[in-house]
Amino acid sequence: MTRRFMFDGQPVAFEDGQTIMEAARAAGHFIPYLCWHPDFPPHGSCKLCIVKVGGRHVSSCALPAKEGMEVESNTPEINAERRALLQMLFVEGNHFCPSCEKSGNCQLQALAYELEMTSARFNHIFPDRPVDASHPDMLLEFNRCIFCELCVRASRDVDKKSVFSLTNRGIHKHLVVSAESGRLGDTDFSRDDLAANICPVGVILRKRVGFAVPIGQRIYDEKPISQVSMEAEK
Amino acid sequence: MPGIERCVSEIVTRHGADPSQLLQILIQVQDVIGYLPADCLSLIAEALDLPRARVEGVAGFYSFLHSRPVGRYRILFSDNITDRMLGAPALMQALCSKLWVEPGKLSEDGLVSITTTSCTGMCDQGPAALINGRPVTRLDHRRINEIAELVRQQVPVSAWPAAFFNVEDNIRRRDALLASTAAPGDALRAAIRVGREGWLTEMERSRLRGRGGAGFTTAVKWKACRDADGADKVIVCNADEGEPGTFKDRVLLASHADLVFEGMTLAAWATGAQKGFMYLRGEYRYLLEHLQAVLERRRAAGLLGAGIRGQAGFDFDIDIHLGAGAYVCGEETALLESLEGKRGTPRIRPPFPVTHGYLGRPTVVNNVETLAKTTLVALEGGEAFAATGTAQSTGTKLLSVSGDCAYPGIYEYPFGVSIERVLEDCGASDAQAVQAGGASGVLIAGYEFHRRVAFEDVPTAGAFMVFDSGRDAFEIARNFVDFFAHESCGFCTPCRVGTSLLKGYMDKLASGHGAKPDLADIEWVTRLLKNASHCGLGSSAPNPVIDTLVKFRPTFERRLESLHFEPAFDLDAALATARRITGRDDAAAHLDRKKETQR
Ligand SMILES: Cc1cc2nc3c(=O)[nH]c(=O)nc-3n(C[C@H](O)[C@H](O)[C@H](O)COP(=O)(O)O)c2cc1C
Ligand code: SF4
Ligand code: SF4
Repeated sequence: MTRRFMFDGQPVAFEDGQTIMEAARAAGHFIPYLCWHPDFPPHGSCKLCIVKVGGRHVSSCALPAKEGMEVESNTPEINAERRALLQMLFVEGNHFCPSCEKSGNCQLQALAYELEMTSARFNHIFPDRPVDASHPDMLLEFNRCIFCELCVRASRDVDKKSVFSLTNRGIHKHLVVSAESGRLGDTDFSRDDLAANICPVGVILRKRVGFAVPIGQRIYDEKPISQVSMEAEK
Repeated sequence: MPGIERCVSEIVTRHGADPSQLLQILIQVQDVIGYLPADCLSLIAEALDLPRARVEGVAGFYSFLHSRPVGRYRILFSDNITDRMLGAPALMQALCSKLWVEPGKLSEDGLVSITTTSCTGMCDQGPAALINGRPVTRLDHRRINEIAELVRQQVPVSAWPAAFFNVEDNIRRRDALLASTAAPGDALRAAIRVGREGWLTEMERSRLRGRGGAGFTTAVKWKACRDADGADKVIVCNADEGEPGTFKDRVLLASHADLVFEGMTLAAWATGAQKGFMYLRGEYRYLLEHLQAVLERRRAAGLLGAGIRGQAGFDFDIDIHLGAGAYVCGEETALLESLEGKRGTPRIRPPFPVTHGYLGRPTVVNNVETLAKTTLVALEGGEAFAATGTAQSTGTKLLSVSGDCAYPGIYEYPFGVSIERVLEDCGASDAQAVQAGGASGVLIAGYEFHRRVAFEDVPTAGAFMVFDSGRDAFEIARNFVDFFAHESCGFCTPCRVGTSLLKGYMDKLASGHGAKPDLADIEWVTRLLKNASHCGLGSSAPNPVIDTLVKFRPTFERRLESLHFEPAFDLDAALATARRITGRDDAAAHLDRKKETQR
């Protein structure tokens, strides 16, 4: 007997141990996310995937699905909150999309389009975050970090190098690399690491490939992120 | 640096080169070296076979760990609202000017650094400070002058007058717990007599609920842990007491430590746990020696160790771990991460600690007071315990009373006591509001003073801060907003960014530059904090602002420059660096925003 819960009024089947996110995606429903990744356990920090279950907000990436749950996701209320979370991520860093090599391939930018974010709304925090260009092949543009920890997890769990970690806390939290000098060039990081190719925004960039694909013809210039993300599901 | 190498290697060896001891190792290495320089972190990482970045990540998380040199005299002024009301900011300013040092900076000779820290739990005897980790209470200008002189003369803190470090219990009202005359081991004897199962039944009958905030039924937690898979269960006593305005656990630890350790042992009897930890906040480190001595005494008396009270198979012992200045580590899953030597980031739940806690083992986390209360259940029986208090909140509650009252200190009442009654007893004749439960609790206005302290009415982890009619509710809320922004762990977006934005709005309003749209933005940020935060810190962070907006709205509106105009960028603030460089702070060095916009 398959078990089901209701997702925005439609029945969704699930298997034991599946999260709301996994079950909803398998049934063809897109839920926005930034720190979630199909190949990693849920992280739950970005909170873009919040949904309402029985009137309570929960992270759909982390909460196991249960029989009979009533999940609200694509509603004006939840989308407004997601938009505000995106605005928070934008004001927290320094994002100048027109000059960013990741523009068009960036998931933060793509979700902002998807959720119709038209302004940053809140006051910019303008953090002071230096760039690290010490590595021969890779560049770290910390100004754009959204702390999804995908690089941290990929480097630790897949590459087995633990090149990245977060330090400090609160609004001062920031990424560090595993070297006494603090420079990426002094680590064993390589352009072929999974961690070098997983950043959803424009922090971890390859040198000397700038604008190979012109802006306007990039992934999310062609199709909205909701579509691109769900194609991976098939 | 052979000296540093030897120091690191000795300390790491003492901790069995166990990575879960990382935080304890960092604290002890810093004790010797004064701070944690980059090469020292590399050595620790190497010795523990951990990635260097992980060590740097942990070292950077805790307020009391420093990656840069700090003064040989490190003075931290407690920055709770009660300290502020007692004049702490002026005292800190005075000490800074006497010692020629800027707040937050290291003096040029490396002698002294002075800054603020979150509530140190001395609210009934403030203003308070931590000097090289030791609490100094009842600061006034005379004491500040003496301190300045001692620092200038470079007298070691150990040779300072003992009176400075006097911490009083100030117990004002005793009830069942504080009047208990039980000798160490009495409660254990009673619980052993009824057997493990019988003991848990007594706990169920008592309907004792957790005193650390959430009010979860203790017996349910113990039972879930007992029934969880895994033989190596763990009991953790949460002695992090970071909630501003709360200091009752400090008094229990200082004067009734046996009751607390006995409660942990009773929890072990119920669950079959053999391992116990007390997580002691760094601010209470001065109690460590005393607590270790109590543990030693209990071991000698057969109340800890193998075969407790002669019961074969009843083996349990307790280690004390220190925190290092992070309020979030009071949250039980962040606490477990910290116990494991990691950054204090709250975990995803489920799974809950009772099934997957310390190192994945079934774990009970209980508050200091909760554990002490279980000794009463053992001695009187569950039903007798449940006879006091209210139907949903059995037993008594310790309140930490501070603020505008004649007799601040600890008051133990049966649950159900009215706010009015407490105010009367503590000699608060002119109260306009009470902050119950600390920064994350509720602000109770005068018209609600008939309400009662109980989980079903006014829940509180123990803080009870009184504000008289001369106090400004906006400033109270602003103090708490600062606190949450400082203490956010930074894991999730709404809290990391939201607490900072909220602080920005409050500062803007305080400077007189707020506008009506700011209130709308504040309401948005508070909504996101409430709804989308990962843990209780973020979801309760907006409480003081929400309560003040509802109950004392004029104090916000009075501060609005205009009901329409919204200055997005503070021109005057942008000149701050220029003012600092030129050493000016006169009127002509400031922009008058009102004039600017009228022009
Ligand atoms: C941000 C935050 C801080 C907390 N701080 C403490 C604390 O200092 N002491 C405490 O006992 N519980 C604290 N708690 C509650 C704990 O998570 C947990 O519920 C409690 O320790 C359980 O013990 P109890 O059932 O005996 O109350 C805190 C919770 C949060 C969300
Ligand atoms: S660098 Fe990229 S992948 Fe790493 S935490 Fe920041 S945003 Fe995430
Ligand atoms: S709510 Fe705040 S303290 Fe809690 S996990 Fe999120 S950032 Fe950390």
